[in-house]
Amino acid sequence: MATRIFGSGIRRREDPRLITGTATYTDDFTLPGMVHAAMLRSPHAHARIKKIDAARARKAPGVVAVFSGPDADSLAAVPCAWLLPNANLKIAVYSALCKDVVRYVGDIVAVVVAETVSQAYDALDLVDVDYEPLSSVTNPEQANKPGAPQLHPDVPNNEAFHWVLNVGEVDAAFKNAEVVVKDRIVHQRLIPNAMEPRAALAQWSGASGELTLCNTTQNPHIVRFLMSVVTGVPEDRIRVVAPEVGGGFGSKIAVYPADFLTVFCAMKLGRPVKWNETRSENFQATTHGRGHIQEVEIAAKKDGTILGLRATSWSGMGAYLSTAAPGIPTILHGLMLSGVYNTPAIKEDVYGVYTNGTPVEAYRGAGRPEATFMLERMVDKLAAPLGLDPVDVRLKNMIPRFENGHAVATGLSYDSGDYPGQLKKLVDHIDYKKLRREQEEARKKGRYLGIGIGTYVEICGLGPSQVAGAIGFQGGLWESAIVRFHPTGKVHVFIGASPHGQGEETTFAQIVASEIGVDVNDVKVFHGDTDVTPMGWGTYGSRTTAVGGAALILATRKIKEKAKIIAAHLLEAAVEDMDYADGKFFVKGSPDKAKTIQEVSLMAHVAWNMPPGVEAGLEASMFYDPPNFVFPFGSHFALVEVDPETGQVELKRYVAIDDCGPQINPVIVEGQVHGGVVQGIGQALWEEAVYDDNGQLVTGSLLDYALPRADMLPEIEVLSTVTPSPHHPLGLKGIGEAGTIASTVIVYNAVMDALRPLGVESLNMPLTPERVWRGVQQAQQQKRN
Amino acid sequence: MKVSVSITVNGRQYQRDVEPRLLLVHFIRDLGGVTGTKVGCDTSQCGSCTVLVDGMAVKSCTCLAVQADGASITTIEGLTTNGKLHPLQESFWNKHGLQCGFCTPGMILASHGLLKNNPKPTDEEIRHGLEGNLCRCTGYQNIVRAVREAAAVMAGK
Repeated sequence: MATRIFGSGIRRREDPRLITGTATYTDDFTLPGMVHAAMLRSPHAHARIKKIDAARARKAPGVVAVFSGPDADSLAAVPCAWLLPNANLKIAVYSALCKDVVRYVGDIVAVVVAETVSQAYDALDLVDVDYEPLSSVTNPEQANKPGAPQLHPDVPNNEAFHWVLNVGEVDAAFKNAEVVVKDRIVHQRLIPNAMEPRAALAQWSGASGELTLCNTTQNPHIVRFLMSVVTGVPEDRIRVVAPEVGGGFGSKIAVYPADFLTVFCAMKLGRPVKWNETRSENFQATTHGRGHIQEVEIAAKKDGTILGLRATSWSGMGAYLSTAAPGIPTILHGLMLSGVYNTPAIKEDVYGVYTNGTPVEAYRGAGRPEATFMLERMVDKLAAPLGLDPVDVRLKNMIPRFENGHAVATGLSYDSGDYPGQLKKLVDHIDYKKLRREQEEARKKGRYLGIGIGTYVEICGLGPSQVAGAIGFQGGLWESAIVRFHPTGKVHVFIGASPHGQGEETTFAQIVASEIGVDVNDVKVFHGDTDVTPMGWGTYGSRTTAVGGAALILATRKIKEKAKIIAAHLLEAAVEDMDYADGKFFVKGSPDKAKTIQEVSLMAHVAWNMPPGVEAGLEASMFYDPPNFVFPFGSHFALVEVDPETGQVELKRYVAIDDCGPQINPVIVEGQVHGGVVQGIGQALWEEAVYDDNGQLVTGSLLDYALPRADMLPEIEVLSTVTPSPHHPLGLKGIGEAGTIASTVIVYNAVMDALRPLGVESLNMPLTPERVWRGVQQAQQQKRN
Repeated sequence: MKVSVSITVNGRQYQRDVEPRLLLVHFIRDLGGVTGTKVGCDTSQCGSCTVLVDGMAVKSCTCLAVQADGASITTIEGLTTNGKLHPLQESFWNKHGLQCGFCTPGMILASHGLLKNNPKPTDEEIRHGLEGNLCRCTGYQNIVRAVREAAAVMAGK
């Protein structure tokens, strides 16, 4: 079998268009007669709309229309698509266009459509809105208390849901504990900031009743569904195209009010309408991530054996429940609280709370970084008072190596893993013991080095559709692929998933090429167009390769089976006597009696001499519903130095060992780890969405929100181990979110390790110089008292 | 009020009547129809719109079209000559220096400016040289490698 292409770090096939400027993102399209929409957004976090007067705006140059208030009553409410069961879920009405009340800075109150972009924005200033400000709340813990400002009339205490995980004898574990360690962890809100802002271009053909929507999205088929639900256009008459998409990180999963309103305007006006978000709008109104306050305690024996974990979490959902939001702080978080450990008893109460902030959604890692943070933080906190090395505590509690399934307390069955083996590999690689000695020496000289090291496991490859149904996800989670041979032996592949930077046009071509022996350059992968591709559920949760890749390999194997039958016929041999290698089907023992896949494909298409009963053509489709999730894992290490005089954290070294099973293209895997690690470091050290007391987003631009820059980072070392998934046809797992899941807590723990001799126990992220400096000052003050 | 300007983009001259407030990036994209240059922010932080103005790397959202009257602009489309990729385009491809590709045109042209001023940069100098260009996908790791490779290739010429 020609396996060399699988596992080869070939250059990406999507790059030529991207490095020459010929790639087309949504904003790069222009249609005849196209007009431009701009959204008037609320400047108040919470206010009643008393009056909207758009008369002046309507008269402004170039203005085609202004819509506000009840104008868009024909649109149904924006749906939430993850109906978390057994959690008393209360879905508040989420209108694309606000009529009576605005609930966050960014809620849309009017849409202006004009001939040019600048005319549309000029006219926004001429729409007069009379607001009566109401009291607001952005902190979810505060918002959940009686007496807090109420966002929605039918949601007491703003409680959108209360989800409980309760496995094992948690109370007994804490009663029998020899040591209990507590912490309060605040996962600050983050702003995803995909470099391409969101955009939509809608074209409505009234005559045929057909809608075409070009939309920067991670899941065009979900957009098609929800667009149909909200606009009433039958879903089969909607074509959603995700052209080049400039990153998503979760923020392009949701279908947004502005998307619906762009379509609404196009339908009302009968002209193509384009809306392109500004970065300021992106900060205000494209979904945020994280935003949890967690009270955590861990019960253990003096030898470091973990007995139980107990937590309460308040998740700020923002003003409305975004498309997949309820599943993030619950299913994707709580079920991962076993982590890599044998913890027998776990309880978590998760309160999802409406707040006067931007709705939250998945953000790279989505629930799993928060689970990993909780565990790895608490293990470090446990080790210190017991006088144990944190690596030893980890190894003591770790699930031993397993190859084919391991059930954990939260009810999941992990597929395969070798956590202790991988952690030991990392320990050896960095010479951990020597580093600890160097740290000791440095401390004596007044230098504060810190080490963060730990292991995560994540759930991805979402997932079995039966499970999706059971947990309230309003869709399936299978993926699909069509493999179509041309008479020339070239191959077109159509996938339901929708990559946007992850490189599947290359890696999926590698899968096909290695399986059936065609040249990788002869395989072209199509995605992101609901009229062209089979249905799929989208690219998020590190699922495209794990699920879509499985659909593709199985579709390719169907082709191979058919090709073998045709080749046998042409060679006048029995099918069972046929063998295959390197793109050739041959009679066993006679490799010269062979037909290439290209020869077979030609015959399948001219069909001059086909085996009886075999249809012409060479094409196969596959819908793959995975039997289980996949569980990639990794062990990461960070070395920092903290200057207590200035609070400055220097990240000196970062090493990642990740295990996503066999790697189709190790260069792309490394790139995914790089990006993920840096995003996680961003949360630990720099990034934070800050609302002031009035619900104003004070980090509302790239001037105020500290995105990682090239000069803030060291070189990141990326290593790997390979543990195939037993249930995946190629053993593949996923790598998209791995880095983010690990790096936040690894860097955080490193900084706290550095600060331990100074008496600093806990700090909120991001660990900016000011925060670290204040933490040190406070600890020193307490020592003196 | 509109002002007549003449700006050359990738060797082709565009004579247009523009509003004085029109940014160069919108002249290039909307009036020139040359869309390889991207707009990623509205505060001149992200660098996605970086182009060469008379050979100098400039964020084209920091410059009005009227200020560029008479200038010669090179965008990412103009970096390829007779179908041959520029060494920076090759090196970004070779080193996997891009993922979603949105920051890439600006990143490549900013790197172009960097190497013009400092043909043999250290890694630290590359990192500082690109601090005005944001990328959310790569963590900059492979971008630094790409610029390093391009510098070597261009020095060898």
